[in-house]
Amino acid sequence: MPPDSSNPKPKLKLAVYWGAACGGCCVSVLDTHEKLLDIVAAADLVFWPIAMDIKYKDVEAMPDKSIDVTLFNGAIRNSENKHIAQLLRSKTKILVAYGSCAYMGGIPGLANFTDREGIFRRVYEESESTLNPDKVRPQTETMVKEGKLEIPEMFNDVYTLNQVVDVDYFIPGCPPQSERLIEVFTAIATGAELPPKGSVVGANEKTNCDECKRKKSDNKVIKKFYRPWEIQDDKETCFLEQGVICMGPATRGGCGVRCVSGNSPCRGCYGPPATASDPGAKMMSAIGTMIDADTPEEIDKIIDTIVDPAGLFYRFSLPSSILGRKII
Amino acid sequence: MNFRPKIVAFLCNWCAYTGADLAGTSRMRYAPNIRIIRVMCSGRIEPTFILSAFQQGADGVLVCGCHPGDCHYQTGNYKCLRRFKLIEKYIAQMGIEPERLKLEWISASEGKQFAELVNEMTKDILNVGPSKIKSSLEVKHLKS
Repeated sequence: MPPDSSNPKPKLKLAVYWGAACGGCCVSVLDTHEKLLDIVAAADLVFWPIAMDIKYKDVEAMPDKSIDVTLFNGAIRNSENKHIAQLLRSKTKILVAYGSCAYMGGIPGLANFTDREGIFRRVYEESESTLNPDKVRPQTETMVKEGKLEIPEMFNDVYTLNQVVDVDYFIPGCPPQSERLIEVFTAIATGAELPPKGSVVGANEKTNCDECKRKKSDNKVIKKFYRPWEIQDDKETCFLEQGVICMGPATRGGCGVRCVSGNSPCRGCYGPPATASDPGAKMMSAIGTMIDADTPEEIDKIIDTIVDPAGLFYRFSLPSSILGRKII
Repeated sequence: MNFRPKIVAFLCNWCAYTGADLAGTSRMRYAPNIRIIRVMCSGRIEPTFILSAFQQGADGVLVCGCHPGDCHYQTGNYKCLRRFKLIEKYIAQMGIEPERLKLEWISASEGKQFAELVNEMTKDILNVGPSKIKSSLEVKHLKS
């Protein structure tokens, strides 16, 4: 979408920020390849830590609501993430939770299976390679002779962006497919009518199964669950029918069924479909009926072949799930 | 502390709810800690129902359906059992005490068994104490 030079419309101001994230979401913006040139033709990137040297104080100096769109990726894990989320919220017109971590907590959200104390104890005391006889823990403030050093405070829980600030739109994915980003960005840049606030954009309403090309029958029965490496995939039958847990039934389509097309079961990064709030509960509901046994003992035996149901069903969504975290 | 457990019970229309009704019409005395939600079949009970009950402050969740082989819809209670077993494993991983979630089969004639079941479950939950699920979630929300 090259800009029309006769159009005096000012360029959009775009910001991209990472909270608790791996950096993959920022790379997915680069993965738009030559289309990135169209994006920078239509928008000025005013803040993007992975690519540009702009300091927080520069963002603080911007007028309120002066950024048109912010793509915020990553979960909220510490006080720095929270501070910048709030700062960008006040500076931005359209705040987008970009990627699974900002949307649902993502992989960092798995830390909600433990708490800060558990993590610190493991990392700073118990880990096999740690030598820390004085049991030193990170301090938010340290006095050195040059002055006071500060680092952000790590929270007990991992939060989604929406649990910390108001979010306008959600783009799921780990990372989101670049094609979807271009579609969404084009819609914003061309002034197309936007969906209601709080919508999940850049993804479908229905599940991945709806788009999946693998052969499916109505008679899904499972005698034993296999982990993907335990079985020779026939490359054409529904993974679930082969006994491999595929998150397809509880996952929103929109990625183009990329994992299954690559002969790997869906892991659920696009989050629950529009009709379900909690992907793990949806998955337990779907899988439960497939278990081919009628007595509690036999059912238990089959369920025991699912090694870690909580981690598997909530791989990307623990902080946004109904329970939200492990009760400690 | 005067702890009165709140137990949310999902009862199927055909057996369990009729059984609970029998306990009532027979004027049996049992613990008043239960809040009954009638569903058409135990196979209708989604994991979301159970998890939402816990999230909204239930100290326990009771699921009752027809005895195996007696389901009004033939196989609903088996589907319920399979899902229940999965949720049991899930909530154990989430640090929720096993006493808080129970599945029992109650027929339409088992009013007495239903009353005893409620008494027993109330006692178990009194021993375990109030659920921490709701308060653990309340500290989550940072939005000011």
